[in-house]
Amino acid sequence: MIRRLFLIGAALAFLVLFLFVPLAAIFAEAFRRGAGAYFASFRDPDALSAIRLTLLAAAIAVPLNLVFGVAAAWAIAKFDFAGKSLLTSLIDLPFAVSPVVSGLIYVLLFGAQSWLGPWLSAHHIKIIFAVPGIVLATLFVTFPFVARELIPLMQSQGRDEEIAAVSLGASGWQTFLRVTLPNVKWGLLYGVILCNARAMGEFGAVSVVSGHIRGETTTLPLHVEILYNEYNFVAAFAVASLLALLALVTLGLKSFVEWRMNP
Amino acid sequence: MRKKEVLPGFGLSLGYTIFYLSLIVLLPLSAAFFKAGELTWPRFLAAVTSPRVLASFRLSFGAALGAALLNAVFGLLVAWVLVRYRFFGKRLVDALVDLPFALPTSVAGIALTAVYARNGWIGRLLEPHGIKVAFTPLGVMVALTFIGLPFVVRTVQPILEDLDADFERAAATLGASRWQTFVRVIFPEIAPALLTGFALAFARGLGEYGSVVFISGNMPMRTEIIPLLIITKLEQYDYRGATAIAVAMLAASLALLLLINTLQRWTAARSAA
Repeated sequence: MIRRLFLIGAALAFLVLFLFVPLAAIFAEAFRRGAGAYFASFRDPDALSAIRLTLLAAAIAVPLNLVFGVAAAWAIAKFDFAGKSLLTSLIDLPFAVSPVVSGLIYVLLFGAQSWLGPWLSAHHIKIIFAVPGIVLATLFVTFPFVARELIPLMQSQGRDEEIAAVSLGASGWQTFLRVTLPNVKWGLLYGVILCNARAMGEFGAVSVVSGHIRGETTTLPLHVEILYNEYNFVAAFAVASLLALLALVTLGLKSFVEWRMNP
Repeated sequence: MRKKEVLPGFGLSLGYTIFYLSLIVLLPLSAAFFKAGELTWPRFLAAVTSPRVLASFRLSFGAALGAALLNAVFGLLVAWVLVRYRFFGKRLVDALVDLPFALPTSVAGIALTAVYARNGWIGRLLEPHGIKVAFTPLGVMVALTFIGLPFVVRTVQPILEDLDADFERAAATLGASRWQTFVRVIFPEIAPALLTGFALAFARGLGEYGSVVFISGNMPMRTEIIPLLIITKLEQYDYRGATAIAVAMLAASLALLLLINTLQRWTAARSAA
């Protein structure tokens, strides 16, 4: 009994110090000057444009990586081919790369000093320090999420049901939509939730390619940094609290989906 | 072999997978290696062994190692408590363990700085004891502990859940103490998962940027991590210097990825046996 209380107490103390206190501090700092100052932070046009850009980046990155995840899982889980395990490892590669390096590679590819740089500027195409760079960096860091949820799930389900559907005369799309998709829908949703959270929350990679142009190339996590560095702490924590709420909603949805997958 | 090709869409799905993977991941990553290829070997070595770069490597590796060790100990404890005991609020605590995955790193960074600064909720309690966290290497470690927290818990937890209680009962019947049972029976079972979680937390800590830059204070030679040094070089238009450090880091990340893959296969083989 005493050992039990001691172990629970030590585990909770660790979580309190490193997790719960910082989480509570976000909201405490945001409301330090009252609710009026808190809500005023969101009337700033730069904050609104940061919200728009964050939503835009996620609206592009999540569907593209969703389609990729489904295609990759279909190829890897339903067929045998040489180099399959190499392909699976390569899909996980963006997780192993530092966010800063993820941004840097796009600067090296499309920046003013790159091989493509002169051609791009001659055609008035701006990728780095502009919205396309932010979308590309977001695509890179959220690349594996859907695929890595779907691949093991579809592998564990095998291909018997699909083969049965096809031999009964269903087309490929019909098989996918009526047989495969219902079997993997919760796994798919799980991947999308995690992908979306990272897409809206990515900081390091986006920071390298953004150029921090206020009202133009700042996403919400970058806007937090700008406000904080201007010593505008209440506004910084107010915007941060919005992102923290998003994280809590993500965790809630994630727990719900986990419960649906393993009741 | 031919029988499996009853299903349609192999060419299309594999073709698209390889095309999209090359476009988004492989091509941009190779750009870094081509850029580093512009440097001669001695100049590359000079770029990654300047005193300032070496200091940042020492800090990043040291702080990531310290944070991963702390997470190995306390992550195991948290996983143990979540699997073995029932207590009020357990489900909420279980869900919140993943917070560092879901919270944007800049938000984590400013929150940790506010808490661990001299006048912060926890920093205030440590200050009289002469312990400074914010703007010191210790602060870097605190941020990396936060970021790496879920890894050990989430790798060890499923193994603990699947552990057969019969072995523990057998050990107890044969006269083993609780501690002996843990060390001789339970620990060998969870060791591969614990090592995997440790390696994952270490790898993540090595590359982490957002949560660290606010709490570290970013003093060259003292609290400057590798990712920050890459950004500093970029802002000075020193693309070759930035790339040289990035390639050294990529090499370390890839080596860790290889190690983690091996560890995960080991874990899977152990739990299948």
